Amino acid sequence: MPIPETLKKKAEEIVFRYPEEKRQSALIPLLFEVQRELGWITPEAEEWVVETCGSTSVKVREIITFYSMMRAEPCGKFLIQFCQNIACCLTGGEEIQHHIEEKLGIHPGETTKDGMFTLKCVECLGGCSWGPMMVVNEDQYFQLTVDKVDRIINGIKAGEPVLPDNPTPLLGNVSGERTA
Amino acid sequence: MSGNGTALLISRNFAVDKMASIDVAMKNGAYEQLKRALKMKPEEVTQVVKDSGLRGHGGAGFSTGTKWGFIPKDKFPRYVTVNGDESEPGTCKDRLILERDPHLLIEGALICAYAVQAERVYVYIRGEYFYPTKVTANAVKEAYAKGFAGQNILNSGWSCSIHMHNGAGAYICGEETGLLESMEGKKGWPRLKPPFYPAAIGLWGQPTIVNNVETLAFVPRVMEIGAEKFAGMGSPKNGGTALYSLSGHVNRPGVYELPMGTPLMDLIEKFGGGIRNGKNLKAVIPGGSSSHILTAEECKDLPLDFESVAARGSMLGSAAVMVIDETVSIPKLMHWMVRFYAHESCGQCTPCREGCDWLLRLSKKFVDGTARKRDIDDMWEIADNIDGKTICALGAAVAWPTKSYLVKFRHEFEAVCKN
Ligand SMILES: Cc1cc2nc3c(=O)[nH]c(=O)nc-3n(C[C@H](O)[C@H](O)[C@H](O)COP(=O)(O)O)c2cc1C
Ligand code: SF4
Ligand code: FES
Repeated sequence: MPIPETLKKKAEEIVFRYPEEKRQSALIPLLFEVQRELGWITPEAEEWVVETCGSTSVKVREIITFYSMMRAEPCGKFLIQFCQNIACCLTGGEEIQHHIEEKLGIHPGETTKDGMFTLKCVECLGGCSWGPMMVVNEDQYFQLTVDKVDRIINGIKAGEPVLPDNPTPLLGNVSGERTA
Repeated sequence: MSGNGTALLISRNFAVDKMASIDVAMKNGAYEQLKRALKMKPEEVTQVVKDSGLRGHGGAGFSTGTKWGFIPKDKFPRYVTVNGDESEPGTCKDRLILERDPHLLIEGALICAYAVQAERVYVYIRGEYFYPTKVTANAVKEAYAKGFAGQNILNSGWSCSIHMHNGAGAYICGEETGLLESMEGKKGWPRLKPPFYPAAIGLWGQPTIVNNVETLAFVPRVMEIGAEKFAGMGSPKNGGTALYSLSGHVNRPGVYELPMGTPLMDLIEKFGGGIRNGKNLKAVIPGGSSSHILTAEECKDLPLDFESVAARGSMLGSAAVMVIDETVSIPKLMHWMVRFYAHESCGQCTPCREGCDWLLRLSKKFVDGTARKRDIDDMWEIADNIDGKTICALGAAVAWPTKSYLVKFRHEFEAVCKN
């Protein structure tokens, strides 16, 4: 697969953020863009990143294997990152996780046969007060219930996705609301 | 003012419609403090921040102004790195700043950069924060367009660029030297300290200030209300307010901006609406998952500031308060907790890498009902072998809570043992 022009343009913008002789700093953001664009880091793209950042194959491999969001193989069209950390577990996350597993017929780490969904259980996603939470591709969803998860997954299947929770809703006194 | 009579400092514009766009932000006072700072001497700005008692909200609670003062005199170029990794379990407040008032953060970061005469600011945001990153990146563009960043900022003669940089899934990149390694395009292996204190030897070996998102967002407010007033809002040695991330079994979880030193039980009962479903409180994790657990008894009369929580044998950390009711099994909580560290240990030090994995295997036995009493002591010993014997504080971050769960709730572990 050739490197798309959009990606090449993006690469220029990213490399520009660092001093000329520090191009290697662009590695992680660039690999990240590669998989946003292509879905995963293809061997060709990996080579291209090595050259673009003036790095080496070994250094790039090291990064791909170290960072948990980096994907050196294809995943489903929709990647569900489901939080399995303390605050989300306290508010019923495990139950919802099991529901997703049953609904999609897959275990964490697996992809549905039709290639639509991959389920990945991840650590804290920084939405603890709004737990349980998940991120589907780039969309964040909070305060999950079995019903909400059903709506989100059915919405994706029907091509009418549920709007993500952007921005994060204000809970607590930071909205200036009366609390006492 | 919020409903509880507390002045909101950094969150006061969170609810303002389109606050993330620069025109609305400027109508609400954004960049006024940068303008003022640029008319002061850099070291005067640092002094104000020092006098205010502002302390780092990333976890360690170090005096922000003191840190800025550590920059060596004659070493250039210098950098500022905003720590937006927000990965300490329980912590969910930086995301609100990034999404709701990114210009406040940018202004604070630029004031910091001016104070230490840095020429570049990098905003490091964790990879999973797609939406917060999008909003903040757009705000950075707007700041350039208005001349608050770039060449000769507001005709002050000082130039500074500001750039986005994302992580890609690694808690360890929240640790400041892990973050710098990651910024340099490497795996996030923390550096040995000394000598690698970022203020002296940081990004690309140059002096670098690493501050948390919330810490920097406070800076314009410190400038606005003055050091004395800011210091007076908190408790002794703890200036101002904090964003407390409240999660778990309370009726009203959420992010609460309250003065440093707000009593823990006030946060839970008065603000959080008490324990949900009429249950009783069992325990609280007061400062993110890395802190020692507190029993319900220990939660009484506890002001949430760095010294008070430390005096009770735990830490305020990132002020992420997780509330645990009587229905929760502590061995199960232990399993959730160590699973995180086992996943996130960077693997550089043997005690941490091997220890976290071993703790995970043992903790699983307590959940599965196959544990022996000996496993309790083994877990304690493993934790003790990690504690203080590693390159970075992730070692302590797993050892401390592990020991505290085992000691304070030993009976619960014993109760699920086979023999
Ligand atoms: C394992 C580990 C993880 C950390 N994660 C974060 C984080 O996600 N965000 C953060 O701001 N600081 C984090 N820190 C603290 C940073 O090392 C550093 O102290 C902080 O960014 C300094 O900023 P401050 O003085 O404004 O708090 C972490 C520290 C450790 C040891
Ligand atoms: S303590 Fe753990 S996370 Fe920190 S450097 Fe050592 S192995 Fe890595
Ligand atoms: S514990 Fe799930 S988002 Fe933090």
